[in-house]
Amino acid sequence: METIAVEYGLVLAGTLFALGLISVLVRRNVIFMLISVEIMLNAAGLAFIVAGARWGQADGQVMFIFIVTMAAAEVSVGLALILQIYHQLKTLDSDAADKMKG
Amino acid sequence: MIHLLWLIPTLPFLGALTLVLAGSSLPRRIAAIIGCGSIGLAALITLLIGYEFLTTHTRAYHDVAWSWFAVADLSVGFSFHLDALSLVFLFVITFVGFLIHLYSVGFMHDDEGFTRFFAYLNLFVCAMLLLVLADNLVLLYLGWEGVGLCSYLLIGFWYDEEKNGYAARKAFIMTRVGDTALAIGLFMLFGVFHTLDIQEILTKAPQLWSPGSQTATLIAFLLLGGAVGKSAQLPLQSWLPDAMAGPSPVSALIHAATMVTAGVYLIARMHGIYELAPLAQLWVGIIGAITLLIAGCSALTQNDLKRVLAYSTISQIGYMFLALGIGAWSAAVFHFMIHAFFKALLFLAAGTVIWALHHEHDMFNMGGLRKRMPVVYWTFLTGAGSLAAIPLVTAGFYSKDQILWLAWGGAQGNLWFFVAALTGAFITSVYTFRMVFVTFFGEEKTHVGHHPGRLMNVPLIVLAVLSLAGGLIELPHTLGHVTLMSDLLGPVLPSTVLRAGAESSEIVIQLIAATVALSGVLLAYILYIVKPAVADDIKSSCYEVHRLWYAGWRFDDLYNVLIVRPFVWLSQINKHDVIDRFYAGLVAGTEYFGRTFARTQTGVLRWYIMGITAGAVLILALSLVINP
Amino acid sequence: MILLWMIVILMAGGVLAGIVATWSTVWCRIIALTSVILDTLLIGWIWAGQEVSLQPGATWIAEVNLPWIPSFGISFHLALDGLSLLMLALTFFLGIFAVLLSWNEIQYRTGFFHFNLLWVLAGIAGVFVTLDLFLLYFFWEVMLIPMYFLIGIWGHANRQYAAYKFFIFTQASGLLMLLAILGLYFVHGNQTSVYTFEYSDLLNTPMSADLARWLMLGFLAAFLVKLPVVPFHTWLPDAHSEAPTAGSFILAGLMLKTGAYGLIRFALPLFPGPAVEFAPWGMLLGTVGIVYGAVQAFSQTDLKRLVAYTSVSHMGFVMLGVFAFTEIALQGVVMQMITHAISTGALFVLAGALYERMHTRDILQMGGFWKRTPFMATVSLVFVMASLGLPGLGNFIAEFLTLLGAWPASPVLTAIATAGLVAATAYSLRIMQKIFLGKDSHTHVLPDLSLREKLILVPLAVVIIMLGLFPQRVIDTARATVEISDKQQNTTPVPVRGMLSEKGGNHE
Repeated sequence: METIAVEYGLVLAGTLFALGLISVLVRRNVIFMLISVEIMLNAAGLAFIVAGARWGQADGQVMFIFIVTMAAAEVSVGLALILQIYHQLKTLDSDAADKMKG
Repeated sequence: MIHLLWLIPTLPFLGALTLVLAGSSLPRRIAAIIGCGSIGLAALITLLIGYEFLTTHTRAYHDVAWSWFAVADLSVGFSFHLDALSLVFLFVITFVGFLIHLYSVGFMHDDEGFTRFFAYLNLFVCAMLLLVLADNLVLLYLGWEGVGLCSYLLIGFWYDEEKNGYAARKAFIMTRVGDTALAIGLFMLFGVFHTLDIQEILTKAPQLWSPGSQTATLIAFLLLGGAVGKSAQLPLQSWLPDAMAGPSPVSALIHAATMVTAGVYLIARMHGIYELAPLAQLWVGIIGAITLLIAGCSALTQNDLKRVLAYSTISQIGYMFLALGIGAWSAAVFHFMIHAFFKALLFLAAGTVIWALHHEHDMFNMGGLRKRMPVVYWTFLTGAGSLAAIPLVTAGFYSKDQILWLAWGGAQGNLWFFVAALTGAFITSVYTFRMVFVTFFGEEKTHVGHHPGRLMNVPLIVLAVLSLAGGLIELPHTLGHVTLMSDLLGPVLPSTVLRAGAESSEIVIQLIAATVALSGVLLAYILYIVKPAVADDIKSSCYEVHRLWYAGWRFDDLYNVLIVRPFVWLSQINKHDVIDRFYAGLVAGTEYFGRTFARTQTGVLRWYIMGITAGAVLILALSLVINP
Repeated sequence: MILLWMIVILMAGGVLAGIVATWSTVWCRIIALTSVILDTLLIGWIWAGQEVSLQPGATWIAEVNLPWIPSFGISFHLALDGLSLLMLALTFFLGIFAVLLSWNEIQYRTGFFHFNLLWVLAGIAGVFVTLDLFLLYFFWEVMLIPMYFLIGIWGHANRQYAAYKFFIFTQASGLLMLLAILGLYFVHGNQTSVYTFEYSDLLNTPMSADLARWLMLGFLAAFLVKLPVVPFHTWLPDAHSEAPTAGSFILAGLMLKTGAYGLIRFALPLFPGPAVEFAPWGMLLGTVGIVYGAVQAFSQTDLKRLVAYTSVSHMGFVMLGVFAFTEIALQGVVMQMITHAISTGALFVLAGALYERMHTRDILQMGGFWKRTPFMATVSLVFVMASLGLPGLGNFIAEFLTLLGAWPASPVLTAIATAGLVAATAYSLRIMQKIFLGKDSHTHVLPDLSLREKLILVPLAVVIIMLGLFPQRVIDTARATVEISDKQQNTTPVPVRGMLSEKGGNHE
């Protein structure tokens, strides 16, 4: 069976993670920020898969399933929060939610 | 009888207590009876005890009232020691005190603080008696401070006037400066002897110290510091003239007869230490000599009748210090007693004059009172004669002559002391008779308002008799040779050693002293009766000197600049406590940092993410660098 | 067991008074008063009956030792010796007056006030008898927090600031003490593998000199701030002047004494070596305090602030005496703790009485009151004289013994401290002059002392006079304690005690 070098997989995961991070930082729309977080989570999951394949262990896949589960939970909570923010502020701009300013 | 000694200070104390507790609700008559009665009884007991003391030839009587406090090797009793020295003081305090109390009943009759006055006066007598009866220095210190308190209260008795309160505080604080030295002296004495019992110290001192020992000298100087404060000697003399703000009986009792001589008592009492510290003793004499001169000069220039007397008191106590300084112990005590008589008399008489003239203090506004107030005139004249040491008839002559003679002929005397004392005697008789001539002669300038009643006259007459006859208990070799006083004091105070070969000159010295005193009177007569214009000429030609003397050599200004103002200034600028600034700064710093860091909490979610990312990158980078 | 009861009575009385106040404030006051009086009677009964065991070498007069948290070596250990006895008697005696003082002044949240008041007293009493260091910290906090409320709720205009300041100063320093206690606990545990907070076990913990120094500083921090020693004194003028009368009374009378007590009971015996090293500095701090407090007091115009600074000055004597390490000086310190509590407490009562009448504490607005309030003036005179150390009053005995005992340790500092008495005269007479003497140009209605106020001030005056004339009973009571702590100091190897003490004694 032909294998792809680990490096490629990790570079892909890193790129995805960086893209996600950048868009979290750049985007002001909360929904897009949530999506970006999802991308970052999946990037981390991909890294786990790659690592698991490299060492030939099941741990990587276990962790991926764990991350997917967690992401689902996170999205549900996150969406609920977004709904609330929209209700309160009538906008999805994250910068508008700066009530905790010191 | 002698076992009733404890009653002598107790009676005035009970008197004071009753008067304080009863307050002003007490009728005046009863307050007067309690006030005078307690002192009268004390005087009576003193006489009886004195009689027994003399007839049974007791050397000393010791009585422990109770053990005051005892810690480790310190044990202090509330206990009394009666010997010839304390007996003399006891007699003067109770007897003169009683006369002054009687006088006060008349003098203070219309004052609204009548009861309060007698309460203070009784308390004062109690404290003064404790001072002279104390067998240890702590109890002496109690009396010492106690009289200071009463002096404070009585100087400021008419507290409505701001300046009376000021004078009172000045007196208390200045004497307390001296007391500090005294207290340190006590600490040192205890460090050396492990006791504060006076007799024990006096017995042990010669065994422990050789003459001229450094510690002894230091201690003697510290005790002298206390004495100087209380007795208004250089450099702590400037409180006494201001203390005249108090009622005249107070000036008579406290600031002439008794309290101000406490310093003389202290030094006489601790004479054993001064004998081991010749340097300190010499300085006692020097301080006395200088004080008697400068105070005499100031007395020459005063217009206020009581201030003349105040400076004269400082000057006369200077004589006593001089006597102590030359080891003429019994001469000092003798002069103390006679001075108590005539100075109390002068103050009371002056008080009567001022009282009769509606609180007129300036003697140049008086004049011509010879005819209007004959009793006061004659008694005042007697007192003045005694103060000026008019030869043969007055007691003051005998007591002062003894000091003059020993300043010359005593083993520790010298020419300087003699010249100072002689000059002082001349000045004394000038200012004394200036006072007499200006006040009682010439034309009447102020109308006499009240005339003193019997209560005020009788004490004057009794004191006048004492100022004349008091001298008869001690007459010099050349004139009768009576030595009752020095015999009495012999067991307590060592007798004065004469310089070899000086005996023959005694009569010469006496003649000189008599001439000086009389010429002083003559000068005063010329200046203030015959040619008053000359006096004014002198005054205006030496205006600067006059001003300097009038202001008491400007010691007050000096202390104001050196001590009072810096203290007040320091206190004022630091009113809000500079140390608190440090803590306020700490608080401000904390708040500043708090605010600064609070600014990083922008509330913008993306900033936080940025922060987290940067932090994570930083930590990763660091971990790579540190642990490759 | 009786010790436990005394504290429980106060705490329970506090709770009860707090509950009852919802129905009747009068009963609340009566309950508070009763519980303090009950304690006073108890301590009086002990004092009257304990002639014999006050002899040196005897064990505790009364003791209670219950396990509390045995796994950490914490026990509820209270014990009473001569010094504690005096302090407890003082606490309860003044406690009575504290309740009486508030009778009219406190009309707002009466129940909570009395709860706090009694708990402060309980905390103070606890500090005076505890022999377990953990318990010490516990009581230290118990007395701190209710005091914070007393100042913060019932104080004058600037009360919030004062309360915070008080709290932060004492809390911060208390935490340092906690650190030191824990440090000592672990050092002792490491050495002997017995982990305990028991005072007598910790007494002779061997440790390096460096460590001992640091641990001692931890204890000192708490005690010196409480005392207070210049430069840690600045909380005091604010707290004293802003607190209600009863609060100032307890602060000055009792709380400051816990600092002095802590020095004598804990700091010195636990760390004898470093204490001796620190002694010259301690005496220096004391002298600085005496002079600084006196100079500060002179310029104050707020009567309560003025009296607060006199406290700073008087507490300097405590420092001076404690670190002189002589029996005489220590007796002086014990005396000073008692007499200062009474005289300064009484001055605060007078300040409170004047405030009630005039609604100001500014002495520049007073003057000439003697005529209208002769009784108050006479009583004030007694306490003012006490504060300047007039012989015949208790404070003189205290100051005299302290100075006399401190003389061999350091003549120079003692001389400066003695000179400080002149400054004391200056500020004391200023109080008299500005309030009672001078011209009376006021239109206030100024009644003389009421019966309740007389009931407070007259006993205090009598006690201060009695202490001045018959102090021996107090000295005897404290003797056993003082001798022990004196001996402890002298048996430790004493390094050169030079520095500030010139040529030791002055013998030739």
